[in-house]
Amino acid sequence: MTNKRKISTFIRYFFYGIVLVFFLWAFIQGHFSIIFEQTDEFLRLLRQHVLLVLVSSLLAVGIAIPAGILVTRPAFRKLEWPVLNLANLGQTIPSIAILALVMTYLGIGFNSAVFALFVFSILPVLRNTVAGLNSVDPALKDAAKGMGFTSSQILFKVEMPNAAYPIMAGIRTAMVMNVGSAALAYLVGGGGLGDFIFTGIVMQSQEYLISGAVPVTLLAICIDFLLRFIEKITVSKGLRRSAETAEAS
Amino acid sequence: MIEFKNVTKTYDGKVNAVDDVSFTVPQGNIAVFLGPSGCGKTTLLRMVNRLVPITKGEIFIDGEQTNSLNEIQLRRNIGYVIQSNGLFPNMTIEDNVTVVPKLLGWDKEKMRNRFFELMELIGLKPDDFRKRYPHELSGGQQQRIGIARAMAADPPVMLMDEPFGALDPIIRSHLQKEFLQIQKEVQKTILFVSHDIDEAITMGDQVAIFKDGRLMQYDAPDDILANPANEFVSTFVGSDRAIKSLGLHTVADLVNQLKVTPVAADSRQISLKTDLRQILSIFFNEGYEELVVVDEEKKPMGSITIQDVQKYLHQTNQSA
Ligand SMILES: Nc1ncnc2c1ncn2[C@@H]1O[C@H](COP(=O)(O)OP(=O)(O)OP(=O)(O)O)[C@@H](O)[C@H]1O
Ligand SMILES: [Mg+2]
Repeated sequence: MTNKRKISTFIRYFFYGIVLVFFLWAFIQGHFSIIFEQTDEFLRLLRQHVLLVLVSSLLAVGIAIPAGILVTRPAFRKLEWPVLNLANLGQTIPSIAILALVMTYLGIGFNSAVFALFVFSILPVLRNTVAGLNSVDPALKDAAKGMGFTSSQILFKVEMPNAAYPIMAGIRTAMVMNVGSAALAYLVGGGGLGDFIFTGIVMQSQEYLISGAVPVTLLAICIDFLLRFIEKITVSKGLRRSAETAEAS
Repeated sequence: MIEFKNVTKTYDGKVNAVDDVSFTVPQGNIAVFLGPSGCGKTTLLRMVNRLVPITKGEIFIDGEQTNSLNEIQLRRNIGYVIQSNGLFPNMTIEDNVTVVPKLLGWDKEKMRNRFFELMELIGLKPDDFRKRYPHELSGGQQQRIGIARAMAADPPVMLMDEPFGALDPIIRSHLQKEFLQIQKEVQKTILFVSHDIDEAITMGDQVAIFKDGRLMQYDAPDDILANPANEFVSTFVGSDRAIKSLGLHTVADLVNQLKVTPVAADSRQISLKTDLRQILSIFFNEGYEELVVVDEEKKPMGSITIQDVQKYLHQTNQSA
């Protein structure tokens, strides 16, 4: 298990290494020139990109976690299947098709882009919340109930903390994915770094392409790091061993 | 005191998992629920803290009907231990142990003191365990913590569902003895589920034997061994029940009842506290003709033979 974990960590850092080498090479070639020539524009797009990701992810987390909690309550069990399938549907429709649909019915602009991103990211969070809550040992809930925990105490002191690892992993997956998908926001007039990338495609300009694509990649890596850090402080140490085995396998 | 009055449980309108059961467990006693798998022991136990609703009948704790109480308050006043210990993996050992006091709103100081007290009681060093997590403990240690947690708010009543069931036999018998020692101090009224007759004899002041949800016999262990109420009980306790009953008596009991012969020859010495089942195995395994009984100061009091044990067994079985 620890070997597997070492290998997966190694692969991750190896990947970071490649990105770094590429980054240096592109820098020396002057492919980042757009960032320096149009710094204000770059910062505006970057801010927009981050905002797209944050707003859509927060919305997704804000809806998916309560929904996940709801469908795992005994009284609402029957909803688990239809709700998960609905979320699955959101995932199976190709991104481009969702963008087309959103554009048709909501018009263009920031809000449309946020809505499309929100639809993409609901599923990973919802699925992991439901799976996490379902994986909490029933004996724990029984012990808690038998000791006089109220239903909400069982939820917040037993179920959520013990499901924290998969839930956090779901959020991380959704947000990292979202950084990439947000590059498509440009297509529905949502702005973001996709602006540079699509300009680069149209103009066949390496400078535009790289000045857009590399910051998107770095942003994804930063968010991944940040969320791994948040995971470390929010998930109890007592769960770490089982969490590590789960991650490596 | 816990009183069961015509208690019945029917799951989904099918057969009765518990069928018209009535008996009383006196204050400070351990009553063991014994019987084959599926006979309703767990169901009956869980009706006491209302994890399972009662279909018919009533349960009283110290004269108060459980159904008349708030169920959350009721449960906080009853210690609950289960086989798989149910420790919360996300909490430290200290947080696990003080979980009920925290629900009850104790202050930090009081909880900390209680934690230290309980850890001493179960024989684990508080400072070594305070900050550790359940997965860092052995099965036996986890089970001890589970018991400490159930006792944390000092509830007068404890429910224990096969608390030592998942442990290997050596650790199990160690924890049984240790727990009886603790019980001597704390004097709780305890309902204890087991499907092991030896455990029931060791742990119980009373043993309740069930079959298909019905109470077959409710008596002290030696009464059950000496006078099984029916065929089922007698088969369940086993044909070696006479030998089992010896485990309930010590050399001191025998010496009180029979005259010991003066010491004739030098032989192996035995203390007054040894139980007679052990004495029997010493006779068989080590091949002595007689054993020398010594008092607390190791002064020889007299010697006993295997015939004395036999005679004692006959006399007690007739009087029981
Ligand atoms: N939630 C439930 N729904 C329906 N039937 C149940 C339920 N719980 C228990 N039963 C049934 O009630 C009967 C008694 O079960 P119980 O768990 O009390 O047995 P037990 O004596 O504790 O057995 P074991 O020694 O195996 O733990 C069994 O026939 C069981 O199938
Ligand atoms: Mg049971």
